[in-house]
Amino acid sequence: MQTSAPVVVVAILFFAALLLPVVRRFSAAAVYPIALAAGAAAAAVSLWQASLVIRTGGPLVSWLGGWEPPWGIEFRVDHLGAIMSPLVTVVSLIVLVFARRNLGERLERRSHFFYSLYLLFTMGLVGFVQTGDLFNLYVFLEVIALTGYALVAAGEPRAPFAAFRYMILGTLAASFYLLGLAYLYGLTGSLNFVDVAARLAEHQDTRTAFVALAFLLVGFGIKAALFPLHAWLPDTYSYSPSVTVAFMAAVGTKIGAYGIFRVLYTVYEIGTHRQHLPVTEVMGILAAVAIVVGSILAIAQTDLNRMLAYSSVSQIGYVLLGFSLVNSAGITGGVLHVLNHAFMKSSLFMVTGAIVSRLGHGDLRRFGELGRQMPVAMATFTVAALSMVGLPPTAGFFSKWYLVVGAIQAGKWPYVVVILASSLLNAVYFFRVLESAYFTRRLDPTSAYEHVAAIRPLPLSVTAPLGVTAIAILLLGLGSWPLVEHVVRFIVPAGL
Amino acid sequence: MLAAVFGWYNYWVLSLLMLVGVYGMMAKRNLLKKLMGMNILQVGVILFWLTFSPKLGATIPVVDPSLGETIRAADYANPLPQALMLTAIVVSVATTGVALALLIRIHRRFGTLEEDEILQRMR
Amino acid sequence: METLLAYRPLWIVLVTPIAAALIVASDRRPNLRESWTILASVVQALLVASMLPAVLAGEDFELTLLPLASGFDLVLRVDPLGMTFALVASILWVVTSVYSIGYMRALDEKHQTGYYASFAVCIFATMGLAFSANPLTFLVFYEVLTIATYPLVAHKRTPEAVRAGRKYLAYTLSAGLAMLLAVGWIQTLIPAPSFRPGGFLDTSIAPPATLVVLFVLLMLGVGVKAGVMPLHAWLPTAMIAPTPVSALLHAVAVVKAGVFGVLRVTGFVFGADTMREIGVHLPLATIAAFTIVVSSVIALSQDNLKRRLAYSTVSQLSYIVLGAALLSAAGLTASVIHIANHAFMKITLFFVAGAVYAHLHVEKVSEMKGIGRAMPWTMGAFTVGAVGIAGIPPLPGFVSKWWLGIGALQAEGIVFLLVLVVSALLNVLYLFPIAWQAFFGKSERFTRYDEARLALAVPPVLTAAASIVLGIAPAIGPRFWDLAQRVTASVLGGGS
Repeated sequence: MQTSAPVVVVAILFFAALLLPVVRRFSAAAVYPIALAAGAAAAAVSLWQASLVIRTGGPLVSWLGGWEPPWGIEFRVDHLGAIMSPLVTVVSLIVLVFARRNLGERLERRSHFFYSLYLLFTMGLVGFVQTGDLFNLYVFLEVIALTGYALVAAGEPRAPFAAFRYMILGTLAASFYLLGLAYLYGLTGSLNFVDVAARLAEHQDTRTAFVALAFLLVGFGIKAALFPLHAWLPDTYSYSPSVTVAFMAAVGTKIGAYGIFRVLYTVYEIGTHRQHLPVTEVMGILAAVAIVVGSILAIAQTDLNRMLAYSSVSQIGYVLLGFSLVNSAGITGGVLHVLNHAFMKSSLFMVTGAIVSRLGHGDLRRFGELGRQMPVAMATFTVAALSMVGLPPTAGFFSKWYLVVGAIQAGKWPYVVVILASSLLNAVYFFRVLESAYFTRRLDPTSAYEHVAAIRPLPLSVTAPLGVTAIAILLLGLGSWPLVEHVVRFIVPAGL
Repeated sequence: MLAAVFGWYNYWVLSLLMLVGVYGMMAKRNLLKKLMGMNILQVGVILFWLTFSPKLGATIPVVDPSLGETIRAADYANPLPQALMLTAIVVSVATTGVALALLIRIHRRFGTLEEDEILQRMR
Repeated sequence: METLLAYRPLWIVLVTPIAAALIVASDRRPNLRESWTILASVVQALLVASMLPAVLAGEDFELTLLPLASGFDLVLRVDPLGMTFALVASILWVVTSVYSIGYMRALDEKHQTGYYASFAVCIFATMGLAFSANPLTFLVFYEVLTIATYPLVAHKRTPEAVRAGRKYLAYTLSAGLAMLLAVGWIQTLIPAPSFRPGGFLDTSIAPPATLVVLFVLLMLGVGVKAGVMPLHAWLPTAMIAPTPVSALLHAVAVVKAGVFGVLRVTGFVFGADTMREIGVHLPLATIAAFTIVVSSVIALSQDNLKRRLAYSTVSQLSYIVLGAALLSAAGLTASVIHIANHAFMKITLFFVAGAVYAHLHVEKVSEMKGIGRAMPWTMGAFTVGAVGIAGIPPLPGFVSKWWLGIGALQAEGIVFLLVLVVSALLNVLYLFPIAWQAFFGKSERFTRYDEARLALAVPPVLTAAASIVLGIAPAIGPRFWDLAQRVTASVLGGGS
């Protein structure tokens, strides 16, 4: 069905981003409301188009400039887009509310630039998950990357260095993608997803196709922070402003996972064609290693931010493990986990931001009595943590469930063990935090106690987004089946 | 053998260029050199794309009536890679700009661009 | 009205989370907070009791709430076995609520709001478990129970309590994962499994080897909570929790959830025929017999009263497991009825242990000499419980043991009869001296009448009286005997 909605979402964010620095000249007070309005509008439109996809059952397309594909650039929101696009805009909106009181003094003075970049970042993400054109995908990838570097660098004094390292690896990733795309273009002469997929069918078994696939996957693998390509992630997450990391951790690495899904299942149509490529096997093994190593490294951390960062390395492993299983349950689990993890991680990072803003540190051994000092924040943390461990009825349980079933169906018993074992590892590091916050008293009675006494209650602009994410985690759990039935089922390629 | 080397010389040169770039990004300890490596890699990839464009005996992609009434694709170089790479070049320039801005911030803060020294000072 | 009644299982389950929310909301008003607990427990017990006649009449309540995953809905079904468990738990929750108030106030415990809220959530999970109609629903509530119990175990916030909490989590979360694996596996074998009397798994569905592995996994899952050796180690450690917690959760809800799970797995997943065919019943019976004897011996050496009771629980729970493993009519009946009998007797003993500790700060068996002179009522109740556990007529322990013995004979397991006799002797040895010494031991300390406050003394006397009634007339009141007969008839009588 033809509609201009996908373009509208991108346009709203783009023009609002351009507008903010201009508005600032006239009224500083108008900056935030405009940013918020743009975020809300984008969320509303993307949710509406998602409902349209579900109702009509088919993809929404809009041809930019009226050029028909495969000649023109096409925006194409299929069922996967119908999940990803609202995911991006909604999480963006939630974190935008959280940002109101959490930018910190230094950023607050230049908030118009920050929000402008933030909206551009969101725009890049939305464009990325809506485009149906492989080169356009590259452009949005770079939009995300460039704004992302700036958003990271806005953090503490060490942040620019982390941003630079991120940039080096990010550009390497983008270059690999572009290189892979060159092979693909040379092979098929087209850039439109659907068209390339159709033309690729006759070249499936050529070495060129394989080389292209390898480059594309490595490129997205870096973006997804798939072990061992994850080196950029921990520093980036630890030194960024809390607002940046709450959003970036939720959707940043998912971009890589989304790209990998598109390459494997939309373009190469793995599993549908009879071809057997060892790529999924390799990816599965790397993902399994990522799950275990990420969890173990997370256990080794004492700083909450870093712990969560390594946990992200582990969690992206779940997603890619699911994609590597090449069966219905595995893909369902992977897609659900993209969604679930986005809410869990943004929730956890927002709590962390709130804690650091109040305690002045993120040392999880010194959280004594935080459960009483910050009840809403810690309750949210608890819900998100239970979901990360994968306990019912939270969302995390259901993604784990599909992954386990998928792994059993694929006969991949080592993966089953990995998924279950990592659940326990997650429990180790998350319950450690809960234990510290709920069940330990302050060990240092002098300075720490006074500090605790001085804790100001969190403003509504912080507790509201936290509450929303906590409720979302529960709803995504209990409502996982309708989601699977009406959306995810159609994402799984026919025949799997 | 020789044909493989000389017949495909552009690929050899470009592969070398990209490898140099990746080597610079990964192995050099100076941030500015990393940035240079990054640019070299990007140029390599862009040139690689451009090798798809020309065809033997074809002209620039502007319709030329002297080639006859019917327009045949074989008569014109493929314009698409060129158009795409124009975008890629813009992206590359933008990336370099952001990178240089970051380097200025880093240099102001740490007084150096040597990665090892920065890492030491970050502790 | 009709629909309201049809939704009774849902109301029963929902009473407690609502209560939990109200409890948290009335954090600062202890009297109101405690009234919610009492009110909810009474309402729940009445609701459960109101369904008894229908269940005995063979009516089936089934309620599909929402779909969870493909083939699995969240379904509540009230059958005789679930009814038995629900009745026991809900009746004893009323008594325990009264007792909790007395105990927590007598000791001036901290964090009482969290305590009562967690308690209510535990009961919620227990009711959900009792009425779970399929393995996934069971798993969901099983995990909720695990999590809700954790704060209760670690309630005291001392390093020792926190360690006990960790140990508890390590055992139970691992068990949950074993169960998750088994349930996931089952889902790949049969499209829509649901508990059925006589079992739904047989050798036509999967090869015997797979079934054995599934059986072992499920037993690991439920066996941890059932305290089957060698999975019992968390139970004595968890005695660090406040006594009402030990009483309800470690004599009633949590451990009974384990043995209830054993009965579900043996009777409603595998069934007698399949178990015989794959030959898992004798190993299970052997492990149970081993547990009965060994834990009784360990109980002899424990000086801490609560730890002695904990080992006694481990031993008594395995009676139930043994009864289920014998696969004979009398054995199964004994198992089901022992769920109720043991609950009433053991909760009496724990109530007394708590009353003695809260009132006189005595927690060691060696310090209890002559204590009967100070607290005759409570120690009288203790004596009733002790006699009952030892299996001396006319108390209910005798009824279960008698039928268990007949069950052993029916199954031609003379060895198991021997085990029962030995363990009866051991029971007498580790419990009876306490009662004897309390009344006839010489003591300087306890010379005058000094009974605990009413809220502490009345509940044990009540439950002791109830035990006597259960022993003399098992067919009146909650009619556990009839329920047990119905369970046996449905499971072994060819199924419905």
